[in-house]
Amino acid sequence: MKKILAYLLMFSMAASLVGCSSSNNEEEVEEETICIAAAASLENAFEEELIAMFNEEYPNVTVEGTYDSSGKLQEQIEGGLEADVFFSAATKQMDALTDEDYIDSDTRVDLLENKVVLIVSTNSSLDLKKFEDITKAGSIALGDPASVPAGQYAQEALTNLNLWDEVNTKASFGTNVTEVLNQVAEGSAEAGVVYATDAASMPDKVKIIAEAPADSLATPVVYPVATLKNSKHSKTAKAFVEFLQSDKAIEVFEKYGFSKN
Amino acid sequence: MDYSPLIVSLKTASFSIVITFIIGILAAWLVISRKNEKVKMILDGLFTLPLVLPPTVAGFILLYIFGVYRPVGKFFIDVFNFKIAFSWPATVIAAFVMSFPLMYRSCRGAFEQVDPNLMDAGRTLGMSEWKIFWKIQFANARPGVLSGAILAFARGLGEFGATSMIAGNIAGKTRTLPMAVYSKVAGGDYDGAYVYVAILIVIAFIAIVFMNYFAYKEGKKGKRK
Repeated sequence: MKKILAYLLMFSMAASLVGCSSSNNEEEVEEETICIAAAASLENAFEEELIAMFNEEYPNVTVEGTYDSSGKLQEQIEGGLEADVFFSAATKQMDALTDEDYIDSDTRVDLLENKVVLIVSTNSSLDLKKFEDITKAGSIALGDPASVPAGQYAQEALTNLNLWDEVNTKASFGTNVTEVLNQVAEGSAEAGVVYATDAASMPDKVKIIAEAPADSLATPVVYPVATLKNSKHSKTAKAFVEFLQSDKAIEVFEKYGFSKN
Repeated sequence: MDYSPLIVSLKTASFSIVITFIIGILAAWLVISRKNEKVKMILDGLFTLPLVLPPTVAGFILLYIFGVYRPVGKFFIDVFNFKIAFSWPATVIAAFVMSFPLMYRSCRGAFEQVDPNLMDAGRTLGMSEWKIFWKIQFANARPGVLSGAILAFARGLGEFGATSMIAGNIAGKTRTLPMAVYSKVAGGDYDGAYVYVAILIVIAFIAIVFMNYFAYKEGKKGKRK
């Protein structure tokens, strides 16, 4: 019985790894499935509104989103993930994949901007007033700077503010920005650095203390989107990227806290 | 090369194996000494559960118990002014919970293998049940118990999912070897990952070899020549 259960769990776990399953190419009524590899901070906007909106125009297309840190997605694409569109939270990962010839650079659009903010839990007893007060927290959640754009931006801002060394000793590195957000919401970390859009997704659990000071971030927090060269659905993928630039899509993004670049 | 993940891992695994060893043996004794079959099965199911659950699920449950705003976590903050989440002891808790089923099952199996005649002999001599357990059952099951401990140690060393949920990933404090590997790979630093992976494999391999050695000794037991 335990063996059956163990096998069942094994298969279901293996199946859940397939974030973007390979698509069926059928002849006439073009039932298509495209795979969007998008930064974790985009998940809510996509899953709650944008994909449905896209389906109003293109009902025969199934959009499967896989969301994680842009670094992880870059790894997966390099490892063979059959994504059709890549929407990263920083230019670093997009540039890297472009250099490695995965990206159809004609389709690239540096579409959105986001803000980097310091957050605490709504139940927090800490008295933080500005971004630099992050050092008052006993434990801090950040994205792993090696792979999470939110972590990269946090590191850059804190380094420019001469606070990185101190923060680093108390920082827990999350594997993606949503994890960081949840860790602050749960209170495990007393403070964290995420995007304004993430903070806005949990207004009852976290509150924004301050934005990263304007002069601390030289790299603009820009989200580029592009289609992949070896996509088997490049027409539909390009249509999706076109859709993302449309007024009504931008309206949705702005609703979630992003701004047009 | 940053050796702190190795040190954190060894500290965590060493601490947790001591706890796992003691509680695993007691849990096994608890189950085998139950007369009611149903109680036995329920307890066994409970004790084996972390083995069957994916570590992230176990971690999720631990977070719901030890998290800052959750019952036990809040209690520790209010009474002892100690935050369990994101502390080093949390790595020990995670390692203990995930490795406990291995220790428990190995012990239970080893105890149940002991010839009941030996224990009955003890009863005819008027020994208390507790003494019988220690002097006869445990003494004869030692190789099995030790191999269970080694298995649990290796499992505690390799624990990742549950640890990352309640202990976080703080360099030098809660970043264990498995988490360091994950961080390196996610960041594209495969060379850095190789070193940690190699260390983990070597330690795990040594653990398995020791386990085989004890199993071999157990097999030799009882053979006169």
